[in-house]
Amino acid sequence: MMKGAFVWAIFALTLAVLAAAPFFLEAYGLGLLIGLLGYVTLASAWGLFSGRTGYVSLATVAFFGVGAYAVAALNEVLPYPLVLLVAALAGLGLALAVGLSTLRLAGVYFVIFTFGLAELVRQLVTWYEINVTGTLGRYIFMDLGPEHIYWQLLALAAATLFITWRIDRSRLGLALRVIADDEVVAAHLGIDLARTKLALFALSSVIVTLVGAIQAPRWTYIEPAIVFNPTVSFLTLVMALLGGASRLWGPALGAVPLFLLFEWLSANFPNHYSILLGLLFIAIVFALPKGVFAFAEMHLKTRGGEKRIVPVEAESKP
Amino acid sequence: MTAALLTVSSLSKRFGGLVAVKNVSFDVAAGEITGLLGPNGSGKTTVLNMISGSFKPSAGAIELAGARLSGLPAHKIAALGVARTFQLVRILPSLTVAENVLAALAFRRERLWGVEAKERADALLEEVGLSGRGRESAADLTYIDQKRMELARALAAEPRLLLLDEWLAGLNPGELRVGIDLIAGLREKGVTILLVEHVMEAVRALCGRAVVMNAGVKIAEGNTAKVLENPEVVQAYLGGEDA
Amino acid sequence: MLVTTIINGLVLGGTYALLAMGLTIQYGIARIMNLAYGETIIAAAFLAFVLNSTLGVAPLVSLLVAAPAGFALSYLIYGLMLHPLVKRSKGRASLEVDSILATFGLLFVIQGVMLVFFGGNYISYTYMNFGIDILGSSVAANRLTALILALVLGGGLYLLLTRTLWGTALRAVSVAPQSAPLVGIDADRAARFAFALGGALATCGGVVISMYQTFTASSGVIFTMKALIVVILGGVGNLAGALSAGLLLGLVETLVATYVSPGLTLAAVYFIFLGVLLWRPSGLFGRAR
Repeated sequence: MMKGAFVWAIFALTLAVLAAAPFFLEAYGLGLLIGLLGYVTLASAWGLFSGRTGYVSLATVAFFGVGAYAVAALNEVLPYPLVLLVAALAGLGLALAVGLSTLRLAGVYFVIFTFGLAELVRQLVTWYEINVTGTLGRYIFMDLGPEHIYWQLLALAAATLFITWRIDRSRLGLALRVIADDEVVAAHLGIDLARTKLALFALSSVIVTLVGAIQAPRWTYIEPAIVFNPTVSFLTLVMALLGGASRLWGPALGAVPLFLLFEWLSANFPNHYSILLGLLFIAIVFALPKGVFAFAEMHLKTRGGEKRIVPVEAESKP
Repeated sequence: MTAALLTVSSLSKRFGGLVAVKNVSFDVAAGEITGLLGPNGSGKTTVLNMISGSFKPSAGAIELAGARLSGLPAHKIAALGVARTFQLVRILPSLTVAENVLAALAFRRERLWGVEAKERADALLEEVGLSGRGRESAADLTYIDQKRMELARALAAEPRLLLLDEWLAGLNPGELRVGIDLIAGLREKGVTILLVEHVMEAVRALCGRAVVMNAGVKIAEGNTAKVLENPEVVQAYLGGEDA
Repeated sequence: MLVTTIINGLVLGGTYALLAMGLTIQYGIARIMNLAYGETIIAAAFLAFVLNSTLGVAPLVSLLVAAPAGFALSYLIYGLMLHPLVKRSKGRASLEVDSILATFGLLFVIQGVMLVFFGGNYISYTYMNFGIDILGSSVAANRLTALILALVLGGGLYLLLTRTLWGTALRAVSVAPQSAPLVGIDADRAARFAFALGGALATCGGVVISMYQTFTASSGVIFTMKALIVVILGGVGNLAGALSAGLLLGLVETLVATYVSPGLTLAAVYFIFLGVLLWRPSGLFGRAR
């Protein structure tokens, strides 16, 4: 158990150092760190559901956008904690609606459904704003400094990792691994597949929604095209896959280098950004089906011996 | 005859236009091993799949000690005390041997988790002849050991009814002996078993009663030795299989 | 008014059916869930636009360029990108995930290229924009042409798949990919061909769309989505199902746009999708599994 204590100490120390960061950093550095933490949390939340169930969600930005929009719509009406709560509930409601209708079915239906979900929500919000409220676009005026946003995100990221860690060690975690291996066996062992998946999808979606809600004040001005940008879903997916979506630290470790790379790419190649992203993503899918860290691990284990072909962990079930 | 634990009445299953099981009724008595026999394609495994909840019956009813199983999803049937093995052994390959058994313990009616569950898993593995091998990867086991593990997993649920689907198929004569002894040992402990089996040696050794199906209908039921002498049964086997 | 709406709905539906046929072949036979399908469509729409606005080539003529180009490009994409994934996959499920992820990446590449060349503006051009009188209501000639094209291409494809030996081989692969080689069918070649054929249909659809709709470099996602929904509605691999579901979808969309609000068409489409998922996951016209 010495090792366990050591890991906890490192975790606490890292958290403390990160929490102190706003006192040392300039505005640019803090902004970068906020963006980074946002993606660390998004990718971890994505891995929590998709990496463990094999249901590939392409709808990250749908929830992210719902969170951001809820803050934009309510920030002048309700106190901030309540705004966050309402945003979380909105995300939960959307997750339950999507989950209840698709998670009983084969994974491909879920993928298709989530593929267009962000566009659907975007069009619905746009329609509502134009036809009901009569304005498109909202301002967020809140006296929340960047350091407050940063601390909230840090807390959310830490909570996400902690929850994931707990789940992996719980009966729910075992249920997920059984489901990923063989759904028929899982059902015959008494595991309620639909409920297990739904619970995890709801949890993951609420976290994603909160990331959007917490980051919303950074924009000041919000409109559907900004907060429902499909690139967010895409980046989250790439990061989680690079790091290894089914591992606790995988998505977070994938997010760090990729976020910095994307920042650099978008600053230097703004016009060719999406092409480069796409190519990089294809390369990752090709070369490292289970993520870089799984790849490194596999090589350490089988060095000298014959190579074992490891199937993609993120498998949808027929 | 003791009270029936499982009652199957007028069970039918259609796949599109094909009638796989037609109006089949039989009972399984508590504490006995009942054989479900018949040539290939006679609908035995389909019946088993309906009992365990893999398929929903098209018509008819299945009851376990008075509780209705038919129409329930598999996980609810499992929770009522039905466990099974599969015709083609289904291990959980990315889990260890012990975790395969732990999974059953964690989700059975009386949940077991933590240290207690680990001890119970080790005991179950010992019971099926896999003692001390819990940490191995399930995917690395030999065929017979995978079957043993699958049995341990089914037993872990402490089922009221255990369904074995050709659990002895594909074993060599030595392994078969071991397998038969294992199942006979379960009978001593009072486990009620319904087994689908082609290995006649095992059927004669284990099953007190047998139900025989052919082309989706029940053609005989009763004492195993008598049933196997039934001319219609003999005819079904000779006519139905490329002997 | 209603008659015009219905005719316009059927016209739109014809296009959807055409698009969905290509996707249902790619998914049903080649087993590739192609999320970049819509980008192929939009690329062809841009091709028709460029040929029309620079060289004055009629869209009907540019089909002769677009279809072979779509075929060749898809053939290449399958060979370079998807075939390795097919080879390494251990089962249908892992291939599905791999192909979804890889084509999701491809979506961004193709979209990025189009953004570089054309920017994010809405594009349209005029072609055959005059009314033709049908049952007392005026329907734009370009839309009518689109419907006829969809029917001709779809019908031709149907005959190809059901009446030729080659089509029978393709359908065999779709039903039983493992056993097809046993009767001497090269499943790999069939899949490659099916994927390319689907690509050719997508580009035809793109040219057709460009004749009467505005589009942008980033509209691909919506077309992929609609084509996917039509495929699910019609039953995967079912051409007649795709045709009926496509017409239905076009009709519903046009009715909603006319009588409810144009902003809610996608919502209506999703609503139907949801209903089918809950009620008949194997598709309205598919066989129950």
